[in-house]
Amino acid sequence: MSSNIENFLDQPYEAGFTSDVEMDSFEPGIDEETIRKISAIKDEPQFLLDFRLKAFEHWKTMEEPDWANVSYDKPNFDDIIYYSAPKEKPKKDSLDEVDPAILETYEKLGIPLQEQKMLQNVAVDAVFDSVSVATTFKKQLAEAGVIFCSVNEAVEEYPEIVEKYLGSVVPYTDNFYAALNSAVFSDGSFVYVPKGVTSPMELSTYFRINTQDTGQFERTLIVCEEGSYVSYLEGCTAPQFDTNQLHAAVVELVALEDAEIKYSTVQNWYAGDEDGKGGIYNFVTKRGVCEGDNSKISWTQVETGSAVTWKYPSCILKGDNSVGEFYSVALTNHHQQADTGTKMVHIGENTKSTIISKGISAGVSQNSYRGLVKMMPGAEGARNYSECDSMLIGDRCGAHTFPYIDVRNPSAQVEHEASTSRIGEDQMFYFLQRGIDEEDAISMIISGFCKDVFHELPMEFAVEARKLLGIKLEGSVG
Amino acid sequence: MLLEVKDLHVRAGDEPILKGVNLEVNAGEVHAIMGPNGSGKSTLAKVLAGHPAYEVTSGSLHFEGDDLSELDTDERARAGLFLAFQYPVEIPGVSNAQFMRQAYNERRKAQGKDELDPLQFDDHIRERMKIVDMDPKFLDRSVNVDFSGGEKKRNEILQMAVLEPTLAVLDETDSGLDIDALRTVAGGINSLSGEDNAVVLVTHYQRILDYVKPDYVHVMTDGQIVKSGDKQLAIDLEEHGYDWVTEEQGAA
Ligand SMILES: Nc1ncnc2c1ncn2[C@@H]1O[C@H](COP(=O)(O)OP(=O)(O)OP(=O)(O)O)[C@@H](O)[C@H]1O
Ligand SMILES: [Mg+2]
Repeated sequence: MSSNIENFLDQPYEAGFTSDVEMDSFEPGIDEETIRKISAIKDEPQFLLDFRLKAFEHWKTMEEPDWANVSYDKPNFDDIIYYSAPKEKPKKDSLDEVDPAILETYEKLGIPLQEQKMLQNVAVDAVFDSVSVATTFKKQLAEAGVIFCSVNEAVEEYPEIVEKYLGSVVPYTDNFYAALNSAVFSDGSFVYVPKGVTSPMELSTYFRINTQDTGQFERTLIVCEEGSYVSYLEGCTAPQFDTNQLHAAVVELVALEDAEIKYSTVQNWYAGDEDGKGGIYNFVTKRGVCEGDNSKISWTQVETGSAVTWKYPSCILKGDNSVGEFYSVALTNHHQQADTGTKMVHIGENTKSTIISKGISAGVSQNSYRGLVKMMPGAEGARNYSECDSMLIGDRCGAHTFPYIDVRNPSAQVEHEASTSRIGEDQMFYFLQRGIDEEDAISMIISGFCKDVFHELPMEFAVEARKLLGIKLEGSVG
Repeated sequence: MLLEVKDLHVRAGDEPILKGVNLEVNAGEVHAIMGPNGSGKSTLAKVLAGHPAYEVTSGSLHFEGDDLSELDTDERARAGLFLAFQYPVEIPGVSNAQFMRQAYNERRKAQGKDELDPLQFDDHIRERMKIVDMDPKFLDRSVNVDFSGGEKKRNEILQMAVLEPTLAVLDETDSGLDIDALRTVAGGINSLSGEDNAVVLVTHYQRILDYVKPDYVHVMTDGQIVKSGDKQLAIDLEEHGYDWVTEEQGAA
């Protein structure tokens, strides 16, 4: 029966195709020259080259971290291609010069970029390997005063904003992968919402790794001025290769007084095959700072892909009454390993954070929640509520919870709840005996289990996420 | 004939459990199966429903003339075969109402009838809940999660009331019910049985048979039905115990 479970799980990875696009790629390997070349191609200002070089010098002194509950063959940094971009350089305002194979790729992934076919009310920035190839709805956004463009473009057009905030939330000294990213990042998305503006639509970046052996090092920077609001979503897929590819991104969010940023992720990088061959190493640093009073940052993530995930979207709650939220569904199957969670650092008075983490493990996968709640001495009246639930499907997988709590203010309150449940043959038999087939049973179980997180996703993406989890889990139960 | 079990042999792994079971159930009948712990009663019930842990090594199972070996568990259920579990499982995160609506609509679809939307179903299920005297607050709770033993049993009969099966196999539904609950649940079973359907009750106690009157009583020991009779058999068993049957068997 358990083999039946597994058969059902073996659903093909629909995003696993490769596109034939002519690329300009560097030779594999990294040294100071690589970094200067990246910077030169982009014609970057001096401050950025300096930032990269300092980061590179620092990176060389660092060791790859090994505290996470994952095991994998460490990447060989000399074998990675650090820059790869489509040959045809697209003009910023038109899709005419974008390689049709790229447009076709996004269309196949359900993210059409052409004017007539664009998603309603969602502006998309499409990042293909190392660079942004297109951004939709730019004009409409500009009319509202919202800047949404690639980081490269932002460096050209708004260097003062970039210089002010880049590395301000995640300094290049932060960790091994953040340092590497700071040295070699190639592109990413940039969002700036001016004072008092509510973005008229959802903003979304779709990351696609296409070239084998390419590392993707993108950087996202979102700045929300006083009283502004934006909802941002990122999606990601990659072709099926039998080698591992490195994805080491950095995301920085800054919310000033009364501002709110809602950041949602549906991560579906290629996870490797059933035997654990291939797949993406997803080593990502995501952090937001609630700089101003009454500001709010909310992370929602649905993590379904990658061979190894190492990711802790965090909130630094500086402003008084600021709010941090983390809603997460992390699903692992086969040989996938995920070590994910969040850090909530309470600095301001009456700051509040909520952590809802749902881990689903199937196959022989390992799924860990790792979270830190830190109440600094000044965090008078601060509160945290954490809930970490694990669901095990079958009996060969593992779920682990590592909550760290550090309270330095006696008035602060921290509440933590955890639960583990198992879906096995008996539950599945119960559904079947009532005439409900396996697919519907899994989708009911998962929707129920993940309800509190799906509620937080923008509508269309909630539907998408539910479907994705269903596909990933088919056949995983007796 | 609704159900025909012929010389059924069943194994779990290498362990033979059922060793030649014969049973015939017609529409309109109530059958009781009694027998000592571990004799194979639940196994028979689960094999009828198609549980994957068991392998039919010989013999046959037919439901309304169809060979059950050709139907998957969910297909058997949609065809009208219902099993009230001896140990109903908990399903966290799925509400009782949602679960039963899905089950109900699957059965409706299989019968070529229209599905009910959540509001229509809510009316329907509240009506059905009266049959087993269950509080509507159980609709919003996760299926069986933190239900008391008796509540779980009552919830099984509620599902029977919702799904209106052709053949209901009730595995020790009476165990763990208090005296009043037993009467209510038995009343529910009676109101659900009619000319066109049948009930097979697995029980250890003759008490429930005071309320749900069986047409036949069977005794199972060591994977076989060794004696069949009418209601009097249950009364005799209560008095003499199972040794009496085995001894009688030995003597015969
Ligand atoms: N999946 C299984 N694997 C191994 N042995 C099993 C399995 N299922 C049942 N058995 C064994 O088969 C025998 C019959 O079990 P079953 O549950 O059918 O008994 P029962 O008549 O329902 O007993 P009770 O009155 O205690 O409920 C028992 O000895 C049990 O241990
Ligand atoms: Mg039993």
